[in-house]
Amino acid sequence: MFRARPDARPATVEVLVEGVPVMVPQGASAAAAVLLAGLPAIRETPVTGSPRLPLCMMGVCFDCLAEIDGVPNRQACMVPVAPGMRIARQHGARVARP
Amino acid sequence: MTHDLAIIGAGPAGMAAAVEARAHGLSVLVVDENAAPGGQVFRAAEAAAGDPAVAPELAPGLQLIAAFRASGADHRAATTLWHLDPDDGLLSLSDANGVAEARARRILLATGALERPVPIPGWTLPGVMTAGAAQILLKSAGAVPAGATVLAGQGPLVWLLAVQLARAGAPPLVLETRSTAISVALPRGGLWAGRRLLAKGLALMAEARRRGVRVVRGVRGLRAEGGSRVERIVWYGGSAPCDTLLLHEGVIPQTHVSRAIGLDHAWDAAQACWRPVLDGFGASSHDRIAIAGDGAGIGGWEAAVASGRLAGLDAARRLDALDRAGFAARAAAPLAARHAALALRPFLDALYAPPASVLAPPDDVIACRCEEVTAGAIRAAARLGATGPNQMKAYLRCGMGPCQGRMCAPTVAALIAEARGVPPEAVAPLRPRAPYKPLTVGLLAGSAESGQQPAQ
Repeated sequence: MFRARPDARPATVEVLVEGVPVMVPQGASAAAAVLLAGLPAIRETPVTGSPRLPLCMMGVCFDCLAEIDGVPNRQACMVPVAPGMRIARQHGARVARP
Repeated sequence: MTHDLAIIGAGPAGMAAAVEARAHGLSVLVVDENAAPGGQVFRAAEAAAGDPAVAPELAPGLQLIAAFRASGADHRAATTLWHLDPDDGLLSLSDANGVAEARARRILLATGALERPVPIPGWTLPGVMTAGAAQILLKSAGAVPAGATVLAGQGPLVWLLAVQLARAGAPPLVLETRSTAISVALPRGGLWAGRRLLAKGLALMAEARRRGVRVVRGVRGLRAEGGSRVERIVWYGGSAPCDTLLLHEGVIPQTHVSRAIGLDHAWDAAQACWRPVLDGFGASSHDRIAIAGDGAGIGGWEAAVASGRLAGLDAARRLDALDRAGFAARAAAPLAARHAALALRPFLDALYAPPASVLAPPDDVIACRCEEVTAGAIRAAARLGATGPNQMKAYLRCGMGPCQGRMCAPTVAALIAEARGVPPEAVAPLRPRAPYKPLTVGLLAGSAESGQQPAQ
């Protein structure tokens, strides 16, 4: 769980984290939005279904894989927020879609 | 169009190389995954320059970023290199809009460092992150951990982050894992030549004390505990409540691309990592490819700027934009700067040497986070005959998950070396494969379709 410091970096961008509006600063990543929203996990692993949150925040660990604007398996730490962005948890292995 | 020089990474080394190469008239392409230049050390420096928690450390980067932005280099931000053909000088790129190709006569890898993996029991629990991750959140979003924050590990970044979090109103409990006595590191020397950096480090430690950061020294046997997330940090002889655990055992070169394209690498025993084999100006074992910055061996941002400038000059010389005398005249200052910036490094490498339990963790610890493979399973497979990380993929899938071995490969190799009773340099490092980052079939298909359209 992280908290913003509006005095240092005002939150000006509204994104939807699991459908809930969250205000985050310009320049934050989708992974940062998930941490600021206080989600218990950003994904569950394909192997055992264990919960994960971001580890490295710099594109190395791939623990922040999430569904962003309907596209799964995005590295949420590498995607800057944009107004109205929809960020959702990823559950286990990816399911093939028609 | 073919660029004279393509640079991968817009951190200190990449920016400095771009500025230098542009000054000699080279056409320069800079590819960087982040939205703004700066790399990790000057991450979001322009946006965060007004935040008193991080401003003092970001200030030195602003001038370099401004020079880079004014240099006339073709800066492709938020763009990923997913394949590199060194023989043809062909770069395959992807961004939010699709895939693209670029060509360059010379290519500089300035991919920087990543934090050494710190596999301790419980490190996959939500709420456990790297120290660098918390610093990125602070720089890029102004965010700090809420609740009980524990910063465990060793190295310069531990002290820097402790101070920055304290300035931001979120002082952590620091559990220092350093196990090397200062008296053991002192004979490495460099303290006088490196006195400016040493003074900066001592000032940070003093500021941490002044801001009331609590420090426990000589911590061993770290263990993160909790149900669905980290709740407690336990060590030999102590424990503390913990909502966010930040781990750090130093940084290692990001050699994913340099290993993938098959450059020569050598084991660096002092830094316990592989580093590419280079000449004094960054030229690698492939005649088109150079490497500068922490991706060539950990030296810090000041050394990275100097080595970036040298690589930019070397590119200008090789492409006949700079004669021998001009090169010698221009190279003198960055050579001296790099020498000074690296003076303290042997002392730091010795003082903050990672403990054996971090390099090769106990059997019950998960080593490969993607495929959830324990150290014990890797040791068992090594005893069965897996001779290196490349073979281990077939046994246990380590290195085949989404991170492609970025996180686990050093640990897997160290475990194999230990199980086989050979030195670490006897285990060949993982050979990554393209695409270096996953990309969708849709992106590739879109590029094929556009390739079939007549030019507008």
